Amino acid sequence: MGFLFDRNTWQEIFGSISKNRTRTIITIIGVLWGIFIYIALSGAAKGLDNGFDKVFKTVAINSMFVWAQSTSMPYDGFKTGRLLQLKLEDVQTIQNRIPEVQYIAPRITQGNFGSEPVYTVRGQKYGSYVLNGDYPIYTKISTKKIYDGGRFINQEDIDQARKVIVIGERVEQELYTKDEDPVGTWIRVGSVYFQVIGVHKLAQGVSFDSDTAMFIPFTTYQKLYNSGDNIGYMCIAAYDNVDVVQVEKDIKTLLKNIHRVDPKDERAFGSFNLGEAFSKTMGFADGLTFMSLVVGIATILAGVIGIGNILLISVKERTKELGVRRALGATPAEVRNQIVMESVFLTLIAGILGIILGAGVLALINSFTKDIDFPYTNPTVPIPYVIGALVIMVVLGTLIGLIPAQRAVSIRPIEALREE
Amino acid sequence: MIQIKDLHKSYKMGKNSLHVLKGINFNVEEGELVAIMGSSGSGKSTLLNILGMLDELDEGTYTLDGVAIKNLNETKAAQYRNKFLGFIFQSFNLINYKSAAENVALPLYYQKVARKERQEKALKYLTQVGLKEWANHLPSELSGGQKQRVAIARAMAAEPKVLLADEPTGALDSTTSYEVMDLIQKINDQGNTILIVTHEPDIADMCKRIVHLKDGVIIEDKKIEQVRASKYV
Repeated sequence: MGFLFDRNTWQEIFGSISKNRTRTIITIIGVLWGIFIYIALSGAAKGLDNGFDKVFKTVAINSMFVWAQSTSMPYDGFKTGRLLQLKLEDVQTIQNRIPEVQYIAPRITQGNFGSEPVYTVRGQKYGSYVLNGDYPIYTKISTKKIYDGGRFINQEDIDQARKVIVIGERVEQELYTKDEDPVGTWIRVGSVYFQVIGVHKLAQGVSFDSDTAMFIPFTTYQKLYNSGDNIGYMCIAAYDNVDVVQVEKDIKTLLKNIHRVDPKDERAFGSFNLGEAFSKTMGFADGLTFMSLVVGIATILAGVIGIGNILLISVKERTKELGVRRALGATPAEVRNQIVMESVFLTLIAGILGIILGAGVLALINSFTKDIDFPYTNPTVPIPYVIGALVIMVVLGTLIGLIPAQRAVSIRPIEALREE
Repeated sequence: MIQIKDLHKSYKMGKNSLHVLKGINFNVEEGELVAIMGSSGSGKSTLLNILGMLDELDEGTYTLDGVAIKNLNETKAAQYRNKFLGFIFQSFNLINYKSAAENVALPLYYQKVARKERQEKALKYLTQVGLKEWANHLPSELSGGQKQRVAIARAMAAEPKVLLADEPTGALDSTTSYEVMDLIQKINDQGNTILIVTHEPDIADMCKRIVHLKDGVIIEDKKIEQVRASKYV
């Protein structure tokens, strides 16, 4: 293999390649296109993957909502169509009985699901917004970004049932002028005055709450609306490594048991399982990555075969030249090496150019999609993929180069010279 | 330099066998300038190909500079060709994408001569054939006579024992032919052994010895008084 490091070998190869410019360019374009498609596709798939990750970052991925509906089957002496109501003690029961549950946040809400939004006034300005009674643990399930100087509801707010409120970005825009700091000011919600303790920023990506939502301590809500132990719905986060679909089933079975509902009644409790939705989305992204890999490699393969094809034609064209070389003392091994090295060299050059071009296009797409609402972030191709592609190309380039090389040496020099 | 004894060669064409060379015996001494003559089909090119190790003999022995040439595989043949022989072809056979100097340097590349030395030698031999200024031109930019002179320089560059020329003037007009022959004579004057295949009597007369082939046998082998090509140039 010493010839690989011989400067003369490379000069000869480079000479032959650079002097046959058209052939070289056409050959390079084939593989360049292949690796470009490969890089661009797998980068884009990765970008989408990252985009989804970013979208789901603001919420616990293994989370779900559970709410009560009405029964659809008679059971235990109750007739069908009984309205069900989730209670605070249900939360405690779930926490105790289902160990897979990491966090559970009960919430009571006004203004969602068809109920009247709450009329809110500040001075001359007013609006109607969603009002939630929450526990601080809620932020473990859905991150709340609070603007500087503010905070979310804490345990003391709950204990003392303080009249404090966290408002949404749009609520701030509608009730305050631009340079006012809402924190510390008072607004009237319904008929009660609340002190604003924070403004929450609308999360990019998946968010459980809109920017018109307002949050008050759960205990304050209880007093305000006299809602007792009723809760609207539960936000539940399971541990990362558990089967969230099974947890969802367990919770529902438990709730049916507590509320004396037929175990076969599928409509008594409603739920939305984000974990399931997430894994479906991620499955889609994985499928896309796999597909881009397959398409990319197939395109590279096509490109390399193209190189082999063109070299085969060029060997035919160069029969005489190769004959002359052999008359001048080139051994069959030297001729073969030269053809194979030309193939590998062309493949590599094309591959590297393709990678650069692909990376450029990915960067371009990234800069275009940066500011628009599209789940596409930081499209990258992992280095092992790139190296893998290069290795595949070198191997294929060698193998495919062997065909024309073998052809080149199978022609005896005298036949080659005779050919006019 | 060259000893050939009882050389036979036949080509198989389907069921028929064509007996081309039917027992050639002939020796060449160092410094000779030999013309091999004969009409087409007489076997002169076949003989040259065997001498050039481009083709294999069927029977007989061939000794070149004391080395028996037999049972060569392609690699060995290539090495011998490189070491012992320089070729000059009728159609020049320059590599069209290489400059004159690169063409001349090519046999040296296969001798594993370093690049710098290759370039120096190439230039030296191009100077000898009077084409120093054309060193960086492509073959397509040269006239036929110039191309053949580049080819001669290339054949010389490897400093072979024997130069083999297959109709070196076949593609040239007579004036250019004499120029090329003049060059070949000068190279021969320096002591190089040269064999020329030709069917042109005037070219043959410029050699020192004429071997006449007919139907695969030597019918005449005579030393002659050399006609100097410089008279016509």
